[in-house]
Amino acid sequence: MTRLKPWLPVIGIAVFAVLLLVVAPAVLSMHWLNNLGKYCCWAIAAVGIGLAWGRGGMLVLGQGVFFGLGAYAMAMHLTLESTAPGSLPVFMILYDPLASLPAFWEPFRSDAFTLAAIVLLPVIVAGVLGYALFKRRIKGAYFAILSQALAVALAVLISSTIRETGGDTGLSDFKYFFGFVLNDDANKVMVFMIAASLLILCLLAVWQLNRSRFGELLVATRDAEERVRFLGYDPANIKLVAYVVAALMASIAGALFVPIVGIITPAEIGASASILMIAGVALGGRASLFGPALGAMAIGWGQSSLGSSWPDGWVYILGLVFILVTLFLPMGLSSLFGKAKGLLWRSRGTPPDALDEPAPVLEPVGDGVTK
Amino acid sequence: MDALISPLLNGTALGALLLLAALGLTLTFGQMGVINMAHGEFIMAGAFIAYLTQTVVASSNVSILLALPLAFIGAGLLGLLLEIGIIQWMYRRPLDTLLVTVGVALILQQVALQIFPAQGVPVEAPDWLSGQIDVFGYAWPLRQVFTIVLAALCLVSLAVWLKYSSFGRRIRATVQNRDLAETSGIRTRNIDRITFFVGSGLAGVAGVAASLIGGTNSQMGTQYIIPAFLVVVAGGVGQIKGTVLAAWALGIALSFFAEWTTGSMAQVLAFVLLVVFLQFRPQGLFTVRTRGLT
Repeated sequence: MTRLKPWLPVIGIAVFAVLLLVVAPAVLSMHWLNNLGKYCCWAIAAVGIGLAWGRGGMLVLGQGVFFGLGAYAMAMHLTLESTAPGSLPVFMILYDPLASLPAFWEPFRSDAFTLAAIVLLPVIVAGVLGYALFKRRIKGAYFAILSQALAVALAVLISSTIRETGGDTGLSDFKYFFGFVLNDDANKVMVFMIAASLLILCLLAVWQLNRSRFGELLVATRDAEERVRFLGYDPANIKLVAYVVAALMASIAGALFVPIVGIITPAEIGASASILMIAGVALGGRASLFGPALGAMAIGWGQSSLGSSWPDGWVYILGLVFILVTLFLPMGLSSLFGKAKGLLWRSRGTPPDALDEPAPVLEPVGDGVTK
Repeated sequence: MDALISPLLNGTALGALLLLAALGLTLTFGQMGVINMAHGEFIMAGAFIAYLTQTVVASSNVSILLALPLAFIGAGLLGLLLEIGIIQWMYRRPLDTLLVTVGVALILQQVALQIFPAQGVPVEAPDWLSGQIDVFGYAWPLRQVFTIVLAALCLVSLAVWLKYSSFGRRIRATVQNRDLAETSGIRTRNIDRITFFVGSGLAGVAGVAASLIGGTNSQMGTQYIIPAFLVVVAGGVGQIKGTVLAAWALGIALSFFAEWTTGSMAQVLAFVLLVVFLQFRPQGLFTVRTRGLT
């Protein structure tokens, strides 16, 4: 048992991979496979949030920004691919028949540029913003509010530039995906497989990061940032890496969301979409490996099934998830497993998954307020 | 001249509205450390109370004045309910208050959506607010002047209340050193509740002002909450003078940026400006000096 324990997450990931890559395509109908692909996208973003928030303590309330950067980069490429050479995307002609293609669209004709943009755009934006904020020791609620403000700003910007980005209607009607016809079932399965494999890869990457020295430093920064600073590390750099990785994962998720769902609008990237991503992570268990991904899939399923069949009730359920989970299960459903394990192996002594629970808040000696 | 005057005056009025929205936050966030994302929905509640008052009291001349205290009490009671029901269990987990109140905000929005029509309700301005006054050739709507006067009144009464009343003294004592305040015979739990009541009540007053300027619907809270928090962050947490300056600066900045570019570009530029500003003053405009490591 003890020799097996460090490899349990890998076994878990392997089982998860078999379920997603072998069982799901064989069992599910095309409709549900497509839906599962959509949940995989949200799960990829959630794995990143789990790293930044659960392990790093940064409440990233605006991951919609990076989701949106990846999604719109991909959507612009697919739109151009679906447009005959020399003519304009349909929505542009609709608003202004004499318009010319905006300059920032032009490079997205290239496959390589699009893929590079999906990776580099979020890294640059998160890098600059994270560097500016973390170096000035802006954290906690301030960071959360600023990150959400960025998501609101991007969504507002896109919905108001209707001639350049399609505004609130968004971008849709994609016919080709890097040369493959999107309407073909075989190609849809392929896109699903890409999303599922990337989810597995992200899980592996986060698992590896968590058990590395970096992962230990990240948890240490979350629990006692000042002590990490006194030990000679710069917490800003540690947080920056986690934030950038989370942003990159959100961007990849957005890029895959576009061919799977077939439409991207500002509503998918604004404040409420970002909050939805957080809801899944909180429900599943932010500090665990599988919690964020499974939680995001559950919330995604609720959003697309209950959200359309019983929209009023769904909002209440979502609100209650936030309230009840935060009040009674701050570490999410996955902490229930830890507690159950604790009951089973109480005699072993060491608390299971001690890393998953943040250390109790350290009270400063006196609260030190002097006027 | 007009290109300068109109964004200046509009910006001041916008700043006053932001100040009204943020004043309550300086109490709940600044003094108590609670990040109440449902504050925007308390603003919404105030606006709907203004509408309900108007349906009962036919004359809009009177109803708006009547709505102000009613909105204060109504939103305040909502806040009190939130404090007693949820927040009081979470004072040791400030970041989690954010998540909990996000849930409360979602539920309040949905409740409003089911009670009131989805496209919103009209709140009529009274006759004595329908005109304009002439400022250097620019016709300044009286409604904007009303917002500024209202914000000034709330600001002064809050500042006086905090500084000179015995309640205010007890609030400040609780914030500065909770244990010592308790030892001195202050019921800090009661102080928490009163602070939360007043902070939320101020959101209700902001809602009445907002109902005269923008639309009154179930989503209106979401457009005020982020700017209001940004004002508090930029002003320095718990600092009323900082909040005033930051609200005014943000209002002016948004108006001028909107004048030069577009309304949506203005939001992006204001955000960038704030991040740059925080490079120089990461704690906001005014800070309480502390030796604590936070």
